[in-house]
Amino acid sequence: MDRFQAVLASPGSVLAGGVIVLCVLAAIFAPLIAPQNPYDLAQLSLIDSESSPLSTGSTGMFFLFGTDDQGRDIFSAILYGLRLSLAVALFATVIAASLGVTVGLLSAYAGGRIEAVLMRIVDMQLSFPAVLIALMLIAALGSGVEKVILAIIGVQWASYARTARGAALVEREREYVEAARCLAYGKPRIMFLHILPNCLAPLSILATVEIGAAITIEATLSFLGVGLPITQPSLGLLIANGYPFMLSGKYWLSVFPGIVLMTLVIAVNVMGEVIREAFDPRDGE
Amino acid sequence: MAFLLRRLLQGITTLIVVSLLIFVGVFAIGNPVYVLVDPSSPPEVIQETIRNLGLDRPLYEQYLRFVIAALHGDFGTSYVHAQPSLLLIAHRLPATLELVVTSLCIAVTIGVPLGLVAGYWARSGLSRWISSLAVLGISVPTFWIGLVLIIVFALDLHLVPTGGRGQTVTLLGMQTSLLTIDGLRHLALPALTLSLFPTALIVRLTRAGIREHRRMDYVRFARAMGIARARILLQYMLRNILIPIVTILGLVFGTLIAFSVVTESIFSWPGMGKLIIDSIKVSDRPVIVAYLLFVVTLFLVVNLVVDMISAALDPRIRLARAE
Amino acid sequence: MNMQATDDYLLRVEDLATHFVTRASAVRAVDGVDFCVKRGEIVGLVGESGSGKTMVGLSLLGLIDPPGRIVAGKVIFEGRDLASLDESELRNLRGNRLAMIFQDPLTTLSPTLRVGRQMMNVIKAHRTISTAQARTQCRDALGILGIPSPDERLDAYPHQLSGGMRQRVCIAMAMLNAPSLIIADEPTTALDVTTQAQILKQVRKLRDETGTAFIWITHDLAVVSELAERILVMYAGQIVEAGRADLLLQNPCHPYTRGLLDSLPSRNRQARRLPQIPGTAARANAVAAGCKFRSRCSRATCACEVLPELRLNESRGGSVRCVHPISAFETTHTETVP
Repeated sequence: MDRFQAVLASPGSVLAGGVIVLCVLAAIFAPLIAPQNPYDLAQLSLIDSESSPLSTGSTGMFFLFGTDDQGRDIFSAILYGLRLSLAVALFATVIAASLGVTVGLLSAYAGGRIEAVLMRIVDMQLSFPAVLIALMLIAALGSGVEKVILAIIGVQWASYARTARGAALVEREREYVEAARCLAYGKPRIMFLHILPNCLAPLSILATVEIGAAITIEATLSFLGVGLPITQPSLGLLIANGYPFMLSGKYWLSVFPGIVLMTLVIAVNVMGEVIREAFDPRDGE
Repeated sequence: MAFLLRRLLQGITTLIVVSLLIFVGVFAIGNPVYVLVDPSSPPEVIQETIRNLGLDRPLYEQYLRFVIAALHGDFGTSYVHAQPSLLLIAHRLPATLELVVTSLCIAVTIGVPLGLVAGYWARSGLSRWISSLAVLGISVPTFWIGLVLIIVFALDLHLVPTGGRGQTVTLLGMQTSLLTIDGLRHLALPALTLSLFPTALIVRLTRAGIREHRRMDYVRFARAMGIARARILLQYMLRNILIPIVTILGLVFGTLIAFSVVTESIFSWPGMGKLIIDSIKVSDRPVIVAYLLFVVTLFLVVNLVVDMISAALDPRIRLARAE
Repeated sequence: MNMQATDDYLLRVEDLATHFVTRASAVRAVDGVDFCVKRGEIVGLVGESGSGKTMVGLSLLGLIDPPGRIVAGKVIFEGRDLASLDESELRNLRGNRLAMIFQDPLTTLSPTLRVGRQMMNVIKAHRTISTAQARTQCRDALGILGIPSPDERLDAYPHQLSGGMRQRVCIAMAMLNAPSLIIADEPTTALDVTTQAQILKQVRKLRDETGTAFIWITHDLAVVSELAERILVMYAGQIVEAGRADLLLQNPCHPYTRGLLDSLPSRNRQARRLPQIPGTAARANAVAAGCKFRSRCSRATCACEVLPELRLNESRGGSVRCVHPISAFETTHTETVP
């Protein structure tokens, strides 16, 4: 429990944790908080397009971050975009983690040929950079929400598999596994009920890093125009849309979504760092 | 020698597997014919286009034809540009390589010293600053950094142009913009943008390596013998740390090729990246396939080279092989 | 402790204390240690892992890193208090006037530098001499340690040498600048018995020829009985017994020393179960007051709740930290600790 105290005590974790909680809450309650639903064309008015931040629109709506070329309130767009980005990243992470951890545990426990084959596949995949694999998958599958999620899963499962296998290998040699085997518990049961909980430490550290990576991959794909479709603009797409306007001085279309995205990813990574330092036995250094 | 052969064999196997995956993925899903032909065209036109592009043959036959053609250097003709796809890629390769190699050089030149400092004075304020910046560096999406840099240096300060490649000079048969001031001005922002991620990564790796090795016996022993700190750091620790970092560089290279896609889009840098994105958007399959295969091969070659370099650097491996 | 004329003593350690303070715990690795080493003497420092013996060695050289710190005490070496010197002054002395070698020579030498380079670095760190001269000295040092074809060894990498040879290289490195004291931390533990015997012989020869003093840190009583002239026994960060090697081994006064000796296979002639000291070695952060061995000692009484001091034992010589030391009579008339 002392490790959790260490995590809570660090100033970085408080700040990062706060940011993450804020973003999650904003995403969940987006429909309630956002002054406007940016996907509802009826609510948009072209008269308000390209208004600058802190201005008021024709319908009396207050545009905190200004509007884009369609008259969409950037603040609302960010909230909905955040929702989308987080949903995609979390969903993909959960599936990738489940898949990867299962494969990892399986190969650690089964050993022999199964382990060799599975790990060979994992190694081969891990020797390629994530973005490249994501691009390949998108090239094959096309773009769209499900495809992006599949691409992220396809990229990230391997890291979970490798980490889970490594941790499981260590645990496999411990006495409690021996004891469980003596009690004739079935292999799956030993794997999931006994070994898995003890592998959670390295897996959680990995998960924070991977969630940050998932958010970034999705944003990058969307930015490039091969991610989420225009009808479901994530933060990446908002930034891409706003880019041409930057050259004419209308920075707010890109900059605000960008700041939000950047802050979120940094917060997730800082959290991961803090957790890792807390679990690191090098005390006091 | 055996080592080399084994790695070569591994590489070829990976290449074959990947080519199969790419082929199946790209050609099997979706109908590429509607790229060039309006779906509402008369069916005879569609049929003829299908026949012309060989899209009506069974899948395995398409694959075999593809492999044979590939071995002859023919990766098909782009649906959109009506040019051989390999030629298209080769034409744009130098620009991307220039960008990637420059970024890598920046990353190593800045990253290693910073990492050394941060690792050695691990609890100092400077080290914490460097670490924080490094975390930032790997968190911030590449495209965002590019945007910020453009806003600051191009739009506000007017120091550099906002995009495109500058004046080039032919060196060794390739065009390079490194030798002209104008070229460098155009190269500066894209290279800096692309170098942020690898710099941060190298800083973290070097720092972690130093922190880890400080506790090791050989460092303790060197200290016990009264050897100066600077010498321990540079002659003892650095050599031991760099070996695993060099191994990572292969992966970093591949990541940079991938990220250059983003950088080239933002800065309108005429490299392979922009080509592939456009091709993905319009499903120009020959170009996509050619690009992916090309990049994977490049990547495997770079990895092989990096493995050999790191094996050469590590006397334990180098001498074991010779014996 | 009886102090003779100060000049006789090469090293005098007074009340040394080294603590490790972390968020989780405060470990008193070295908890008030006093001892002396004469010129040219071989002193054995014996204890189990966790007894603090390695920490004593590192403290002497000032190689304790945070979160550890020397919190008290003096280390008077050749007239100077090492504990009060700063890093650069200490660096001048390390590898020069006093040196330390460690247990596993494979990890002690950097794998990416040739042996010769590592050796020459030690010489050049303390003297200005040409590379050629330095190399000659290294070659000679290897020769003294009985290493054949020294030139080849100098050009080799550490992994190309055998374990025994590597350790001999380390000893040679320690001797390069003719230090007056070498602290050896379990140098033969990782080696096989034959090599170990060879190295012990060579060390004795070295001492006889050069007059270098040794502090030989080990958990192996057999090694210490062969090599050391005086023995210090450590437990939980403190010295519990000290004395002349032969006398101490014959008549151990402290129950812990007795226990250690009794658990040596060589001592038990008959085919019986080896006696073991009950319980496990106290970790040095056991904050309980009083004698630290109390919980494992069958002789403990309420008098042991007060930490005993290291007192001179008149009957045998040397000193012991115990309220109920074992007398010579008891030793000869009992097989195990009663």
